[in-house]
Amino acid sequence: MLEKALTGSNRYWGWIAVLLAFMAAGALSYVQQYNYGLGLTGMSRDVSWGVYIAQFTFLVGVAASGVMVVLPYYLHNYKTFAKITILGEFLAVASVSMCLMFILADLGQPLRALNVLLHPTPNSILFWDMIVLNVYLFLNIFVGWVVLTAEKKDVAPPKWIKPFIYISIPWAVSIHTVTAFLYAGLPGRHFWLTAILAPRFLASAFAGGPALLILLCLIIKRVTKFDAGQEAIQKLVTIVTYAALINVFFVLLEFFTAYYSNIPGHMHTLDYLFFGLHGQGQLVPWMRVSTIFGIIAIVMFLVPATRKREDTLAIACVLLFFSLWIDKGIGLVIGGFVPSPLEEITAYHPSFQEIMITLGVWAAGFFILTVLYKIALGVKEEKMVS
Amino acid sequence: MDIKRRQFLKIAGLSTIAGLGAPAAFNLLLKGESSPVSFASSGSSPEASQEAAPTGVRLGMVIDQNVFDAYRGLAQKCITACHTVHNVPKFDNPKDEIKWIFEVPYEKAFTAKSHYHKNEQLHDSSFPVLCNHCDNPPCVRACPTKATFKRKDGIVAMDYHRCIGCRFCMAACPYGMRSFNWRDPRPFIDKTTYNKEFPTRMRGVVEKCNFCVERLAKGLQPACVEACGNSGAMVFGDMNDPHSEIRKKLAENFTIQRKPSLGTTPSVFYII
Ligand code: SF4
Ligand code: SF4
Ligand code: SF4
Repeated sequence: MLEKALTGSNRYWGWIAVLLAFMAAGALSYVQQYNYGLGLTGMSRDVSWGVYIAQFTFLVGVAASGVMVVLPYYLHNYKTFAKITILGEFLAVASVSMCLMFILADLGQPLRALNVLLHPTPNSILFWDMIVLNVYLFLNIFVGWVVLTAEKKDVAPPKWIKPFIYISIPWAVSIHTVTAFLYAGLPGRHFWLTAILAPRFLASAFAGGPALLILLCLIIKRVTKFDAGQEAIQKLVTIVTYAALINVFFVLLEFFTAYYSNIPGHMHTLDYLFFGLHGQGQLVPWMRVSTIFGIIAIVMFLVPATRKREDTLAIACVLLFFSLWIDKGIGLVIGGFVPSPLEEITAYHPSFQEIMITLGVWAAGFFILTVLYKIALGVKEEKMVS
Repeated sequence: MDIKRRQFLKIAGLSTIAGLGAPAAFNLLLKGESSPVSFASSGSSPEASQEAAPTGVRLGMVIDQNVFDAYRGLAQKCITACHTVHNVPKFDNPKDEIKWIFEVPYEKAFTAKSHYHKNEQLHDSSFPVLCNHCDNPPCVRACPTKATFKRKDGIVAMDYHRCIGCRFCMAACPYGMRSFNWRDPRPFIDKTTYNKEFPTRMRGVVEKCNFCVERLAKGLQPACVEACGNSGAMVFGDMNDPHSEIRKKLAENFTIQRKPSLGTTPSVFYII
């Protein structure tokens, strides 16, 4: 089936070329970072994780959200999602691949990465995260490929694939839960030390991931003959809306606990993120944009007129995705380091190379996504013609 | 002084048995991993320390802030001693900074304490802070490779050759006591005071105070304690030994730990 990725229109090759250019630029920056050390980034002793780990955290969510199409289709036999299940699975594959690349980019000694397996340490959440992510990657490649092969041959998927599909459903929840545990179990980091972090991660993931999937479906409809169908897209909109509302609810709970209890440690980071702390508020504009975009998007999802029209729907999805990306891909990780354990406020500005590497990894992820979608849609188009 | 010396030899002996001594050396030899520098750089391997005799040693430190207040400049001496002995590089910018022991004002060292019109001592003091060698260390819990590990004698040690540089331990340490080598540290080590007996680090690994395991093994006191001389500003020893000087200090004084509410049970105590 791989050959399907090798034939395509000029537009397809143009897009591939753009992605390759970004990947090359990212690789060049990475060589620089590799030779100099992570000091080339904006990270410091106080803010010791930056955009890499933040992107990683965000993308684990996108990966987990694949379950939002897999579950209705396979567990509830919701046929409308039949056409897009493979898109959800392959989106998960691309996202987990990006996650792994971001982790590698963030390691001070990347050549020693295998030490995590050579010296397994069950008390470390990072050890478990590596395991669940890699298994999830395998499950999605495997299930996606087997089902697609069956579709190509015009036969029903083999029975033995079912257990893998069923396992992949709780597994999706596990990857984001374990990723939340990376943060939620650290003493002294009050912003992260909250039991609601895992549910909040899941809620924002199940809003942001399907929003991206809607966008992808709308784009695919423009550039290929494949149409996911109005009903499937509107179902996704329902999922996105509920998840986004639950996410807002969880965020408000955080605000209540922090400000009603009036415990300084619980308020500091929220202050820093949304209002500024001791006159410093590097991320305040970002968080405000995130809030405003989030609210506008939710209103647009709720109003039937804007929800049903494809162009306004696309805008709402972009706004929501961007809002959640800021919240998790910037605020959550970087904010968690402020104030530092010694209650100092250190600003963090990603360096040029750091941004290029980040874009490069995103480009690599979209490259994987494009190739996988090209194959999947190629198979589906074949069926439509015959 | 005599008593002190004798106690020291005892501690050194015990910690040698506990982690660095015969069993560990044997293991290393058997595995063929022995190398002249590996001892100081990697401490003992965690496996070896688990096999060591259960001596019940728990090393700790008492810092008498009154002495530090009386002798301004003493803390700086300790810092210089530590950073020289351990080849800690010197960067002029806070972004690349590496520090094993440093001075901070009261509010930063003891963040959860509250005062109203606090007394003058708290106003002016600056407190030496270093790794607390927590009895329940979150950094060890977080480390995915056992590059940071706790020895039987209570020292939280590091293996620079195993560290992958993920910095999970830095997020986990609630005291901000760990530093990362953001770039090659070697050009920033003072050549004139370079200590050949302690390994330098490579870029991309984390480091911190190691309670001077390499000196204890030789029967020496930690470098910072030694820099304090007879002043009693820092007392180091086995807190489980009822006859140790540190035990006496703990019994005779009201001491506090940093952030005790987090349950890490630090082994560094302050007399204020
Ligand atoms: S002070 Fe920090 S680095 Fe030292 S043992 Fe405790 S948690 Fe680990
Ligand atoms: S940076 Fe090194 S010592 Fe710290 S958690 Fe990672 S592997 Fe362990
Ligand atoms: S005990 Fe040793 S390593 Fe730790 S601060 Fe003192 S001199 Fe430095």
